[in-house]
Amino acid sequence: MGIGEGGHGGQAPGAGQVAGVEEARDAGQALRPSSEGAARGPVFAISRVRPETWVRVAAVTAVLAFALFAVPVILSLYYVDAMTQVAIYSIVALGLGVLVGRVGLYSLGQAAVLALGAWTAARLLFATSLPFPVVLLAAGAITMVLGTVIGLPALRLSGLYLALITLMLAGAITVVLSTVNFPNGGHGFLGYNGNLIHIPPIRRPSLAGSDAAYYRYAVVVAALMFLLVLWHVRTRPGRAWAAIRQSEPAALAAGINTTRYKLWAWALASFVTGVAGGLLAGSAHFLYSIDFPIQNSITLLAVVLVAGAFSLWGAIVAGLLLQLLPALFQNWGVSSDWITILFGVGVLQVLTTAPRGLADQVPKDLRRLGRLLSGATRRAAPSRTGTT
Amino acid sequence: MIEVSNLTVRFGGVVSLDGVDLRFEQGVCGLIGPNGAGKTTFFNVLSGFVTPSAGGVHAFGEDLLAMASFRRARWGLRRTFQTEQAIEELSVFENVAMVHEHSKLPSASRRREVLESISFVGLAADPSAKVGSLGARDRRLVEVARTVVGKPRLVLLDEPAAGLPDDETEHLSSVIRQIPEHTGALVILVDHDMGLVSHVCGVTAVLDFGKQIALGPTAEVLRDKRVIDAYLGTEEVA
Repeated sequence: MGIGEGGHGGQAPGAGQVAGVEEARDAGQALRPSSEGAARGPVFAISRVRPETWVRVAAVTAVLAFALFAVPVILSLYYVDAMTQVAIYSIVALGLGVLVGRVGLYSLGQAAVLALGAWTAARLLFATSLPFPVVLLAAGAITMVLGTVIGLPALRLSGLYLALITLMLAGAITVVLSTVNFPNGGHGFLGYNGNLIHIPPIRRPSLAGSDAAYYRYAVVVAALMFLLVLWHVRTRPGRAWAAIRQSEPAALAAGINTTRYKLWAWALASFVTGVAGGLLAGSAHFLYSIDFPIQNSITLLAVVLVAGAFSLWGAIVAGLLLQLLPALFQNWGVSSDWITILFGVGVLQVLTTAPRGLADQVPKDLRRLGRLLSGATRRAAPSRTGTT
Repeated sequence: MIEVSNLTVRFGGVVSLDGVDLRFEQGVCGLIGPNGAGKTTFFNVLSGFVTPSAGGVHAFGEDLLAMASFRRARWGLRRTFQTEQAIEELSVFENVAMVHEHSKLPSASRRREVLESISFVGLAADPSAKVGSLGARDRRLVEVARTVVGKPRLVLLDEPAAGLPDDETEHLSSVIRQIPEHTGALVILVDHDMGLVSHVCGVTAVLDFGKQIALGPTAEVLRDKRVIDAYLGTEEVA
């Protein structure tokens, strides 16, 4: 698959390099006077916090505040429910993003991993009176173990073959889950009772019983999962994954235990996906194996590539595309078949023009547009010095 | 000190290394030979990417082949690649520090040692600049900085000067010459630039068709008739 290669091969060779070298030279000179003070800082913080970082922190805070306080007020219940699903599927996309974007492992089995998390959480919620967060953690942990087993073939395979194997394993999981059924409050290990007429709903956390409150709960959990992944990406495992993605021989030569770090990536991706499954169980009240068709995994990979597997923002965009778009289409009376076509066009678009996805392309295009506009206004009103 | 005995590598019917016996004591040692002579295969055996069908490699008293490939880096094996492999999306600092952080060395002195290595190779770029934004020369220097950080014992340089202009090759050669003194490591240099090899290598071995055909002081080896024949070709060698 050329997608991963396109990702880091997409660096502009000509102008970008020249500009980069000049930047580096400027920055190198600027660094020297401050290096003494910085030497006492943490090992990997080279320069002090850049203004860019503050922009990022502000953007994240604004998005989070908007999601928590504005969305439930502005939107109708229909869209609040859709946004709950957006939060949940952002986590799923986040997990797949770790595999595809960070390590270069293509998984077509994530919908099945999500189903495992949902099944585990549903079972625990019926069978125990454990607090909801504990159930989420347990669902994450159990899914982590099972998902890592799914990832074992990745130690030997990559690219298309890995994608195929994960698809087959996902198929097997789906078959098993449709045989044993999702728990509905029955007895026994499986917790399924086919004779029940009045099926009790899967319980929600006591402080988030209503749909709006559960939406906020999901956003908070999603934010925590994003933090967990960000922490990984910015530290030792993230650096090791970057090395593995670019070149496995180079990673080995740097002393990186590639087996361990690949499994670590599967473990992290499966953990967050399992937690998302737990949230899904709470949001749905009733779960059926039919809710997790295999093709969801394929759509998921396509959407993650369209949205941008290489940035964490891409996961949010993927969540919006996966869950808000269908809700909008349904509300507008547009056939949902158009969504599949739209995603197909999106994949084509991304593969040909923006290998790093929408999350990378849109800000760049906006900046370019801004430059164009400011250039146009400057030309319209020539400055006194006469520069054109 | 590295001692290679009867090292043999077969890929199907092709014999890439044919019972190579080698012994390098210290300093910078050259390994030359025509294309396809088995030089990179030799490095790949040392790195653990290729499993030899026979033979042994002992370095500083330890059996190198018994170690998993990633553990060899921890032990002190460092290498560069023919096509430079610095990690583009990480910064210069992270690229070098990565080797250190997987070496089981104390992290307290990591920052200092990494910055030292960067300045040792004469890299002027900002340590926090992404490697992807650097030019070919600087990326090459990042790779060399990765080989000297921490406690290297055996440094393998695979055509480090390939594609570099003359003045930059000169800078690189002065860096390579200082590696043994600076780190105490044994350096093995593979290159086609005979000027560079004769400038930095005290001892040089020559491979041809997977066999070692000469080993000795570099100047003598480069005058050896068998070596000249191997490069230029003779009626008998075919």
